[in-house]
Amino acid sequence: MTASERVELARHPERPRCSEYIEAIFDDFILLAGDRKAGEDKSIIGGIGFYRGLPVTVIGQQKGRNLEENIEVRFGMPNPEGYRKAQRLMKQAEKFNRPVITFVDTPGAYPGIEAENFGQGEAIASSIALMSGLKVPVISIFIGEGGSGGALALGVCDKMIMLENSIFSILSPEGFASILWKDSARSKEACEIMKLTADDLYSLGICDQIIREGSGAHLNKSAVFSRVDRAIGDALVQMRKKSGVQLARERYRKLRKIGKDMRKETV
Amino acid sequence: MYNPFRQKRKVLTALKEIKESGVTLECKKCGHKLPKEKFAETAYVCPECGYHMNVTSPYRIRTLIDAGSFREICSNIKADNPLDFPGYGKKLAETTEKTGISEAVICGTGTIDGMKACFCFMDNRFFMGSMGTAVGEKITRSFEYAAKHKLPMIVFCTSGGARMQEGILSLFQMAKTSAAVKNHGDSGQLFVSVMTHPTTGGVTASFASLGDIILAEPGALIGFAGPRVIKQTIGQSLPEGFQRAEYLMEHGFVDKICDRRDMKRTLSLILRLHKGDRK
Repeated sequence: MTASERVELARHPERPRCSEYIEAIFDDFILLAGDRKAGEDKSIIGGIGFYRGLPVTVIGQQKGRNLEENIEVRFGMPNPEGYRKAQRLMKQAEKFNRPVITFVDTPGAYPGIEAENFGQGEAIASSIALMSGLKVPVISIFIGEGGSGGALALGVCDKMIMLENSIFSILSPEGFASILWKDSARSKEACEIMKLTADDLYSLGICDQIIREGSGAHLNKSAVFSRVDRAIGDALVQMRKKSGVQLARERYRKLRKIGKDMRKETV
Repeated sequence: MYNPFRQKRKVLTALKEIKESGVTLECKKCGHKLPKEKFAETAYVCPECGYHMNVTSPYRIRTLIDAGSFREICSNIKADNPLDFPGYGKKLAETTEKTGISEAVICGTGTIDGMKACFCFMDNRFFMGSMGTAVGEKITRSFEYAAKHKLPMIVFCTSGGARMQEGILSLFQMAKTSAAVKNHGDSGQLFVSVMTHPTTGGVTASFASLGDIILAEPGALIGFAGPRVIKQTIGQSLPEGFQRAEYLMEHGFVDKICDRRDMKRTLSLILRLHKGDRK
C-alpha cells in the first residue's frame, strides 16, 4: 500500500473515533469538561474510568461522524481551551497517581483568530512540556491523523502505539506541498517522501508498536479495539513497575535521542 | 619583499570599503532613507518610525554581549539530511556558503554587564530560522549546559517553524527542546525568551512560549498558524495588527515590548533582579 493510500485510510470518514475506543476499552467512564480558564472544547474529550479495574485518565481528540458533529468539533482541530483542559486532566492524573492514556486523531491545531488570541502556541508548548515531565505512565495511541504540533501536544509519551494506517507528520501533506512547492495539488507526491506512516515512524525509532488493522480499522472495529486493549495492558504491566521519577527520566532520554544524540559531546 | 597575499588582502579590503560606503538602506515601513552607517548607529531601528529591520545573529552577539566574553558552544553540530530529502543536502551547503553560518542558531555563553548567562541566537537567513534536528539539538544542549552550570538562559527567537525537509524528526525537536526548558526551569534557573520578527509555528509552540519572562521586539510577527493559513481557513480578513508583538501583549502572551536600542539595558536589569536568589 502506498503512503498516500494510507493517508486516505487515516482520514476515512468511517474510521473509529476516539469515543468509540473509550467505550470499548474502559469501564464506568466519566467525561470531564472544561479548562477552568476560558471554556470547553469538544474536540478534545477526556475523563476518568477503569481499565481492567485500574483507574486511569483518558484524553483524546474527537472527530465527528457527520457534518453537524464535525462543525462542532472543527473537524477534530482543537482550540487552546482543549489543550488546557488536557493539561488540567494530566495534572489531576499525576496528583492521584493514575496512568494517562491519550488517543491522537487530529489534522492539527485549529488555525483561527480566536485560537491565536487565546495563545494556541503557548497552549501546545505547555502541554508538551507538561507531558515530558509527568510522573505517571503515559501511553499515546495514534488512531488516525496525527497532524503537526496539534497532535504532538497529546503525543509525548513513554509508549507510542500507532495503528497500521494512522499517520503522524510535521504538517498535512497538502500544507507540506504548498510550502515546499507552492502547489498543494502535489500532496500525493508529498505523502511518499514525508515518512509519515506507522512503518516509517517505527523504523525511525519514534513509534514503539504498530497495531495491524487487516483491511482497515473501520472494517475490523472489534478486532482493532481488542488489540488496542491488549497493547495498553501489556504496556501498563511494564510501566507500573517503575517509579514516577524513573518514568519521567526515561521519557526525557527517549526524546533526547531523536535527532542528534549520537554526536559526540561538545560542551 | 613582495607578498602576493598582502597585496590581495589590500585589494579585497579596498573593495569591501567601496562596497560598504554609500550603501543606502530604506525603511520598509515609512520609506525613510539613510546611509547604512546611520542605521547601524540606531541598531537598525528606523529613527523616524521605530521600525525594526532584521539583524543577524552575529550582529546581536556583537552588540549585546560584553566584548570578548562570548564563547560559542556546540559549534560543530550541523544539519545533515537525515531523511534523504531530495535536494536538501545541496541547499544546506549553498546556504552555509552564502550566509557563513552553519545552522539557524548560534549558542554560547557570555556576559552582559559582567553577569554570565547562556545564549541562543536564532538567525532567519538560514532556512528562515526553521528548527531541524541540529537546531533542536543545539538549543537542548544549551539548556542542559545552563542547568548544569546554574546559568540563566536568554534565547533570541526568530523562526518560520519546524524545518519541513527533516519531517517528523523536526517536529520532535519541539518536544525535546520543551522538555529541556522544563528541566532547566525545575533546576531553579531563569529563562528569558526574546521573540523577534518573525516567531511562528513550531518554535512558538515550544520553547519560545515557555520563558519565565517573554520580551518581544516592536512589530514582530508572533503566532502559531501563519496569517495566510488562518485567512484561508476562516475565509475572512484578519484584524488590524493581528499577531504583532503589541497585539500579543494585549492578549497576555508577551510581558514587555522592548526596543532593540533598550535590549541590553533591559536584559541586564532582568539578570540583576535574578542574581543570587536561585536554588
